[in-house]
Amino acid sequence: MCVTVAISARKLRKVYPGQPPVVALEEATIDILENEFFTLLGPSGCGKTTLLRLIAGFEHPTEGTLTMHGEDLLALPPHKRPVNTVFQNYALFPHLTVAQNIAFGLEMLGKSRAEITRTVDEMMELVKMTQMADRQTGQISGGQQQRVALARALAPKPKVLLLDEPLSALDFKLRKDMQLELKRLQTETGITFIFVTHDQEEALAMSDRIAVMSAGTIRQVGGPRDIYDQPAERFVADFIGDTNFLPAEITAFEGDSIQTRLSSGKTVKARGHADVKQKGKVTLAIRPEHASLASEDEGLLAGTLGEIVYFGTDTHYHIALDDGTGFVVRRQNQPEIKAAYASGQRIGVRFGDDVAQVLRD
Amino acid sequence: MADLAQATQQRAARTRWLLLAPALVILLIAASGPLLITLVYSFLTPGDYGGVEWQFSVDAWFNVVMQRDIFDDTLGFSDAHLSIFARSVKLSLMTTVLCLFFGFPTAYFIATRPKKQRDLWMLLIIIPFWTNLLIRTFAVVELVRNEGTVNTLLLWLGVIDAPIQMLYTEFSILVGMVYVYLPLMVLPLYAAMERLDFSLVEAAYDLYATRFQVLRRVIVPLVKPGVVAGSILVFVPSLGAYVTPRVMGGGNQLMIGNLIELQFGQGRNWPLGAALSITLLGIVMLALLLYVRAAGSEEPHRG
Repeated sequence: MCVTVAISARKLRKVYPGQPPVVALEEATIDILENEFFTLLGPSGCGKTTLLRLIAGFEHPTEGTLTMHGEDLLALPPHKRPVNTVFQNYALFPHLTVAQNIAFGLEMLGKSRAEITRTVDEMMELVKMTQMADRQTGQISGGQQQRVALARALAPKPKVLLLDEPLSALDFKLRKDMQLELKRLQTETGITFIFVTHDQEEALAMSDRIAVMSAGTIRQVGGPRDIYDQPAERFVADFIGDTNFLPAEITAFEGDSIQTRLSSGKTVKARGHADVKQKGKVTLAIRPEHASLASEDEGLLAGTLGEIVYFGTDTHYHIALDDGTGFVVRRQNQPEIKAAYASGQRIGVRFGDDVAQVLRD
Repeated sequence: MADLAQATQQRAARTRWLLLAPALVILLIAASGPLLITLVYSFLTPGDYGGVEWQFSVDAWFNVVMQRDIFDDTLGFSDAHLSIFARSVKLSLMTTVLCLFFGFPTAYFIATRPKKQRDLWMLLIIIPFWTNLLIRTFAVVELVRNEGTVNTLLLWLGVIDAPIQMLYTEFSILVGMVYVYLPLMVLPLYAAMERLDFSLVEAAYDLYATRFQVLRRVIVPLVKPGVVAGSILVFVPSLGAYVTPRVMGGGNQLMIGNLIELQFGQGRNWPLGAALSITLLGIVMLALLLYVRAAGSEEPHRG
């Protein structure tokens, strides 16, 4: 399959003047592919919205380049960029009806009356809002406003659709529905979606690829599985899902595997990104569901079982390891498994080779 | 039981009227009273030394737009009065349009400043408003008179050889009125723009609207209440303006306000003054009616 780069940012930097100056985005270099659902994920203030606004053209970068299909985007004002935005607060025009809102971009592009009517009908069909065409935007619910905002941004058939936390104002149930809906729209329209969110579950469920950001920097880019199973650094491992961190030491490199020695003195093979090359002290990340309980002598690590928390689908076992670190093992609850462990008993923790991930310092 | 309830209700009603009384008295004395007196006076005969004779007459109303030739007693339109009415309406409309022209960008500028700065900018707009009207008007006189700032500067620059006569023209009245009434336009416009959600402006840019289209399709419709309020606030006092046309027009370029003053002063024709006042009221009401109806019907068509 031929892969085309839609948006390409090189060393894109944004600094807001002030005392002291605020660095909103630090040298972002990223390629976003055509027809992909790309998510910018990170806590608030990490620069994800800044990056989005730079692509939309509402902000101008301090340094760096930004191109779309090889064309320089920075030379174009927002109204000349083939990019549309779904705003966090939807920003629907309150003086226009639903249909007029959707028609706005097409009218500005100078499309013919017939084409506008046809596209607006098409879009309302797409987001299932046909019955609401003549309503004022103040008279429809939040979820419906969301759909109108989507239809309005999709109507001019942009090359790239930017979505700035569009689901954050919706309640839980509606959000789940809209996640599927967005994914469906992206597949149907074949438009590149750049989606900004701070919700890691949302990002994992919807994205083709995710860029995890913090403090103005892109920490890791990859598919949901890569990001979850092979976090490159502590921030990524911590921000996405639950993780156990273990101190360890690299003793040898064996092909793709890395031989590590744990604090208990036992050794285990771990994975790591290609740039992990140095022997010495490192941190390992292990997902709670990738580890299991064992007897004290069988385990790689030993400790004392603390709290046992029952969650219905699974149970979390909190263990205080002998080296002082805490560790959580998550075990799925099966009917045949009886509560065989008791708080306060000695216990071992076990995980297989190539399960633990060596983190970049 | 029923009697008691009725009595309580009656007492409550009485209390309500009693509490309303001050407002009603003020309304009666300050609003309806003078208007009623003016209306009655307009149907009386002028006294020899001002004031009125209590004798019914429609001469005053007749004289508002008509006049009898003093030589051959023929009936004709009062050209002087009609031209003054026309000038008043024309200058007031121009004042309103110019205030909107200058006030809109000003209000937009202030509304787009950082929050902390906005109050300072508004203060700069309001401060002249605290100064006496006469003094503000004379400040403009200083600017446009033959030996004033503008002429001196132009002469010094060599652009002109002789000072341009600006004072005592309709132009100078217009300059004076725009200057005096500008804050009345900026204030309601600013209030409307401050409430404007600027993400809507971004959304419009994002949807391929040019700057002008953003203004026409998004900003103007959304701040229209401010435009309507500001225009009314400027137009109404402009139409009845007295001080500014008196000082800037120098008694040559009369407006309705000056004409009315003339009847109560040198003219010693109070009934005519009263009739003119009510005519002014009528013109204002008619103009507002037309304006509000026009502004209302401009609602965006449903597509």
